[in-house]
Amino acid sequence: MNAERWVLVALVVSAAASIGLLVVYVLGGSPPVEGILLALAFGGLGVASVIWAAALVHAPLETEPLEPPVVPEASGAPVTRRTFLVRAAIGAVAALGAALAIPALSLGPRPGRTLFRTAWTPGARLVDGDGRPVAAADVSEGSVQTVFPEGAVGSADAQTLLIRVNPSDLALPPGREGWTPDGCVAYSKLCTHAGCPVGLYRDADHALLCPCHQSTFDVLRGAVPTFGPATRPLPQLALAVDGEGYLVAQRDFAEPVGPSFWNMTHNDDEAE
Amino acid sequence: MRRWFDERLGLSGITRSALHKVFPDHWTFLLGEVALFCFLVLLVTGVFLTLFYVPDATSVTYTGPYDPLKGREMSAAYASTLNLSFGVQAGLVVRQMHHWSALVFLAAISVHLMRIFFTGAYRRPREINWLVGIGLLTLALAMGVTGYSLPDDLLSGTGLRIIYTVVLSIPFLGPYLAFLLFGGEFPTAAIISRLFVFHVMLLPAILIGGIVIHIAILVRQKHSQWPGLGRTEDNVVGRAFWPSQALRSTGLALLTTAVLALMGGVIQVNPIWIYGPFDATQVSAPAQPDWYVGWLEGAIRLFPSFEITVLGITIPAVFLPAIVIPGLAFAAMALWPFIEAAVTRDHERHQLLQRPRDAPLRTAIGVAGLTFFVLLTVAGGNDVIANIFRVQVEVVTVVFRILVLAGPVIAGVAAYLACAELRRREQAGAHDPATVRLRRNASGGVDEIGEVDPPTGSSPRPPAPPG
Repeated sequence: MNAERWVLVALVVSAAASIGLLVVYVLGGSPPVEGILLALAFGGLGVASVIWAAALVHAPLETEPLEPPVVPEASGAPVTRRTFLVRAAIGAVAALGAALAIPALSLGPRPGRTLFRTAWTPGARLVDGDGRPVAAADVSEGSVQTVFPEGAVGSADAQTLLIRVNPSDLALPPGREGWTPDGCVAYSKLCTHAGCPVGLYRDADHALLCPCHQSTFDVLRGAVPTFGPATRPLPQLALAVDGEGYLVAQRDFAEPVGPSFWNMTHNDDEAE
Repeated sequence: MRRWFDERLGLSGITRSALHKVFPDHWTFLLGEVALFCFLVLLVTGVFLTLFYVPDATSVTYTGPYDPLKGREMSAAYASTLNLSFGVQAGLVVRQMHHWSALVFLAAISVHLMRIFFTGAYRRPREINWLVGIGLLTLALAMGVTGYSLPDDLLSGTGLRIIYTVVLSIPFLGPYLAFLLFGGEFPTAAIISRLFVFHVMLLPAILIGGIVIHIAILVRQKHSQWPGLGRTEDNVVGRAFWPSQALRSTGLALLTTAVLALMGGVIQVNPIWIYGPFDATQVSAPAQPDWYVGWLEGAIRLFPSFEITVLGITIPAVFLPAIVIPGLAFAAMALWPFIEAAVTRDHERHQLLQRPRDAPLRTAIGVAGLTFFVLLTVAGGNDVIANIFRVQVEVVTVVFRILVLAGPVIAGVAAYLACAELRRREQAGAHDPATVRLRRNASGGVDEIGEVDPPTGSSPRPPAPPG
């Protein structure tokens, strides 16, 4: 079959596929069929063009000369009043540009102390995702759940993991005595590396794992990182039990939760 | 008709010279065209998507046709993407075509960049267009990231979270920049509508401008060309744009579109209904980004646990792998033409391309860099690899930490030796009696019609006969 005929076949296939698309649309559509017909419609035209170019167009090789650009000699004129004025104009326009860029500062609030605080307050009850307070007695050993301060369910930076372990297994850093009633330990759920929720718990070695970059934290030893790119422990929430047996926070986290930032160690609220 | 326009605009001279622009004939010159055609498909499919997508983070309850998510709380943005996929006829094909086009767009740009690099096409006078090209690559990456964050699903939300962390990690400015970009502490309602403005307005406008400049410079400077008979440092040998090259390029555009349509129709991509809507307390696992940011993901995963605080100033763990290393890599890439010219003291104008073996050191450095990026990209899936090979993810991570340091060196040295060996064989082949030209005769036998010009190291084969 000669080239003309192949081109004709390709064009007919393309046109038929286009009509097919119309039919498929009227009949209610089907993604794979639409994709295949669309491919045939474009492909037919494409094949026709390529065969046409290769077999039916006579295009001789041509040679085009290349002229390097002509660079005028620098005039070397001294600075005159005119060129000085031009520079002043450039300066004025630059100043105007800077002034016009200032409103970009309205795009967001100043961070202030936002990054240092969460919604946890002294005495705030721990509630689950449905807002129900958590009683210390109801937390079973080896379980892990996400809790929030009462009144802030779903809070992104206050989300906390509550885990119950055997109190005698705990080896927390000094100064955290009395933070873990009945072996209930609570850590910020935000990874200290990139801020992902640390969603996985490996009961066998009491390890919390971040699915984003595989940082691993040891629940028994104050959530120190044991593997992966995280460098800081997950901040620990000091817990207590209120008069009705519900778990409460003693106070907010002592350190900023989530990923690091340059002044995160300037953690003195008095500075405010 | 033509006369009517000509009397008013006087364009016939410009049009005639444009139609006569000479295109050298080699398949590697089509890689950039594929990228351009992907961009055109992105524009057209993107306009369609914009008509249905709603850039709104307001919470709604899903009532659409996809049963597993019925009654779920989600953002209006996510719901509109579900509607686009399940409720709008042909919506899913167009959405998947758009996503596939983006993936192929970045791939075509990358391969085009490698072609330019390994053939030395960026040498004087084409340094400016190299810089424009690197700018276009950066914009295309930004387009990709802002685009796949728009559906507001759990996977892209995780990506946004990491972007927030990376911005936050910049010393002194980080918290301010992150709050300006996101409108407050992550997660914010403002970010979706902002990404939308970036993705459909600001970035495409700059990208289109950049592409116009890229092509205008190409037309002005004319194509570079492979060495061959009649091809010199001050001419271009090829076929006129009209009609041959115009038809071929049209064919390539149509075939590129056809392949993207086929992929969009039959290969599922970014199934956001499986990931679920964004939820600040959840993360999908495994979580891999689109391929072109995989190297950044890998760098963040592999970088050892390292964070220092000096004089009360903390350098966060992600700052080095996510800002400093990519910044240096892109700076080195952008400045490469100038670095090479300074080292080789070659400040001549070049019209003829080099084969990789003709510049072994450049080839070795390029292969090393490429190996680095590829290994980082693979390492971005360390958890998936651990799952497939049933080993601990810790082991995979440690192996890749060694590989990304050793691999580029080994690959670079191997490439250098391969170049030397290819050149040695070529020199030896110059005296090989097998390099004669043969012609088939009428009786089916062959006649020897003379020797091939001895290879000069830059002229491996005669050009194809015209026609």
